[in-house]
Amino acid sequence: RLRKSEMAVRVQFENSSEVGVFSKLTNTYCLVGIGASASFYSTFEGELGESIPVVPITIAGCRIVGRMCIGNRHGLLVPSSTTDHELQHIRNALPDEVQIRRVEERLSALGNVISCNDYVALAHPDLDRETEEILADVMKVEVFRHTIADNVLVGSYCVFSNQGGLVHPQTPVTDQDELSSLLQVPLMAGTINRGSSVLGAGMVVNDWSAFCGLATTSTELSVVESVFKLGDLGQSAVAGALRTSLVESMT
Amino acid sequence: NEAGGARGQSYVTMEYMDVEAAASVNSPTVLCCECGTPIPPNPSGMCVACLRSRVDITEGVTKQGVLHFCKGCDRYLQPPAYWVACSLESRELLALCLKRVKGLDRVHLVDARFIWTEPHSKRIKVKLTVQKEVLGSTILEQMFVVEFIVHYQMCDDCRRRDASDFWRAVVQIRQKTSEKKTFFYLEQLMLKHNAHANTLRIKEQHGGLDFFYGSKQDARRLVDFLLSVVPCRYKTSQQLISHDVRSNVYNYKHTFAVEIVPLAKDCIACLPSATAKAFGNISPVVVCVKVATAVQLIDPSSLKMAEISQSAFWRHPFGSLCSSKDLVEYIVLEVEPVRFPGYSVAAARPAHKFLLAEVCVVKSSEIGLPGSQRYCRTHLGHLLKPGDMVMGYDVANSNVNDENISKLREDQIPELVLVKKSYGEKRKRRQKRVWRLKHLPKESDDIAGSDSMDHDYDEFLADLEEDSSLRQTVNIYKDPARLKRLKQGVPPPVGEDAEENLPQISLAEMLDDLCLDDSDSETMT
Repeated sequence: RLRKSEMAVRVQFENSSEVGVFSKLTNTYCLVGIGASASFYSTFEGELGESIPVVPITIAGCRIVGRMCIGNRHGLLVPSSTTDHELQHIRNALPDEVQIRRVEERLSALGNVISCNDYVALAHPDLDRETEEILADVMKVEVFRHTIADNVLVGSYCVFSNQGGLVHPQTPVTDQDELSSLLQVPLMAGTINRGSSVLGAGMVVNDWSAFCGLATTSTELSVVESVFKLGDLGQSAVAGALRTSLVESMT
Repeated sequence: NEAGGARGQSYVTMEYMDVEAAASVNSPTVLCCECGTPIPPNPSGMCVACLRSRVDITEGVTKQGVLHFCKGCDRYLQPPAYWVACSLESRELLALCLKRVKGLDRVHLVDARFIWTEPHSKRIKVKLTVQKEVLGSTILEQMFVVEFIVHYQMCDDCRRRDASDFWRAVVQIRQKTSEKKTFFYLEQLMLKHNAHANTLRIKEQHGGLDFFYGSKQDARRLVDFLLSVVPCRYKTSQQLISHDVRSNVYNYKHTFAVEIVPLAKDCIACLPSATAKAFGNISPVVVCVKVATAVQLIDPSSLKMAEISQSAFWRHPFGSLCSSKDLVEYIVLEVEPVRFPGYSVAAARPAHKFLLAEVCVVKSSEIGLPGSQRYCRTHLGHLLKPGDMVMGYDVANSNVNDENISKLREDQIPELVLVKKSYGEKRKRRQKRVWRLKHLPKESDDIAGSDSMDHDYDEFLADLEEDSSLRQTVNIYKDPARLKRLKQGVPPPVGEDAEENLPQISLAEMLDDLCLDDSDSETMT
């Protein structure tokens, strides 16, 4: 597939910098909340339209689709509040390889309690056993229950793709090392949207692109590009050092 | 300097940024979202410099102020009207400066100290360290300097001192007698009750004293005090000095003219017939015993006492017949107490300490001459024995000019009135005195008449020694020099006999003299 130069893009959903709330990005599809103006959708469409389908949806009538559902290239989980009509619309729009399942879960904001890439997922420590099994089954991931900086909402405070990950700025270094070895990706502590520590709500990322809020400073953007290996930065020194230590620990 | 406070907030200080120490074992370093410098994570996500450039917590605080300083007494003004004496870079001055800084209630003050400035530069600089919560849960600490400009302003006390010649009200106290005993007594009373506070000046005039005040209320206060301690009456008058047409403000000089009754202790007076009849038909010629809130008179022939109140006196005023200069010394030859059933206790109050007696006296100057013995009735029977010396008025041979007495019949006028007992030479009494009194600070233009003043003053001191009830109203102080001499047993002056019944004031009644305090309102003799 022909790709544009990989980079991180700043975007705004109706004057809010919380991109991760209104969208969900994976390697094979992208879900976008339906907004009053089409600018949000058209930005995604412009960036990703040639590679993957960009689907405007609502879940349970809400536009906060990024926080309600969780997915990767293999599957998508939606909460039980999703209507049949919406589910049908998603099923029609998404590629056939993607399994879609509706889950009954007390912690219904799946995007806040689970964070995943194509191989491994981090889950809320109190997640149901059943949901964990469905997660492992549908999305073909290995599920780890963990906290981020003593916070149980792992989906909000950590974002990771297959290349790298960003965690809450106050995560201790030991935790970072532990998580990094669990997830098998290099991790870095950082902020998004001008110092906000809620990373999951502030940005979405896949293997070749990232979308951040408009308030993100250039420093933060460079951190994002370096840790997720986007753009020309490729391997930054920090990520490189972690990668070397990872490689060493694996072999 | 990172500390997780009880509220779970992190402190970002301006003092130093020790990155290595902060990125200790477990704390990660994140990049400041603005400038990219590695910093320990904090809730705002920015490094201290970026935070500071965005937010200035000292915005609402005044950076300049004014302090008022009085050159005369080296005091700073604490509004509205309190002047506090403090030196440069002292705690009190710091408190004063902090009170003058506005806007400190919105921030939390951590530290305050002075920055040295030249003493004559009229600038005072204070370095303050404040803390405030910014951007959610970050506390930012910042130091800044507040500069105070010192303005000169004269305080009220200095102004009052400077303007001692400027008075708004004057109280003129006069007594139409030639004696000054009442004024000495008044002076002691005023010292005891501190009634002379706030006077600008006290001036001695012929016939009395003038008290100058800066405001009418202070003068009024003195007049009220006088009305309560001596029988007097007053008149007010005012003189217009200036008039502001636009705001209708009139500036006056007020005068209170206070007139004390012209009687003094140990003088004789002649009552008008109506007054005499009102007091139980006593003899019109009476001796004045005490002048306090009311005038106490006693009839020497019948021992009836009359007490005339202030208002009653001024309705039918009368003067004294003879002054103390007319006192003549007599020697007592015989004393015979009088007991008669006609002496009634009704109407007038019984004179409990006086004793009616018939005495035979002879003038000291006429002793030995035949036919010089006089007989008279006196109220001093409790004091006299043969051989004593008595002071009295020779009414028959004196030339009195009084309208009341000219209306009397011959037989109503006694020829001789004895007034008080004399206790020996004044010199001896003066030397035996180990106490003294304080005085008001007064100016006097003329020194003429000072001999009579001393004489009157001696009489007053003698009165104090004799009368214990009078003593209780004044403050008597020990004279340490004289006490020392007494203790050392200095040989008594020549010519003294053992006068054991000289009235003395016991040491217990004397106050310990507060040795020369620097209050300029009292002077010692």
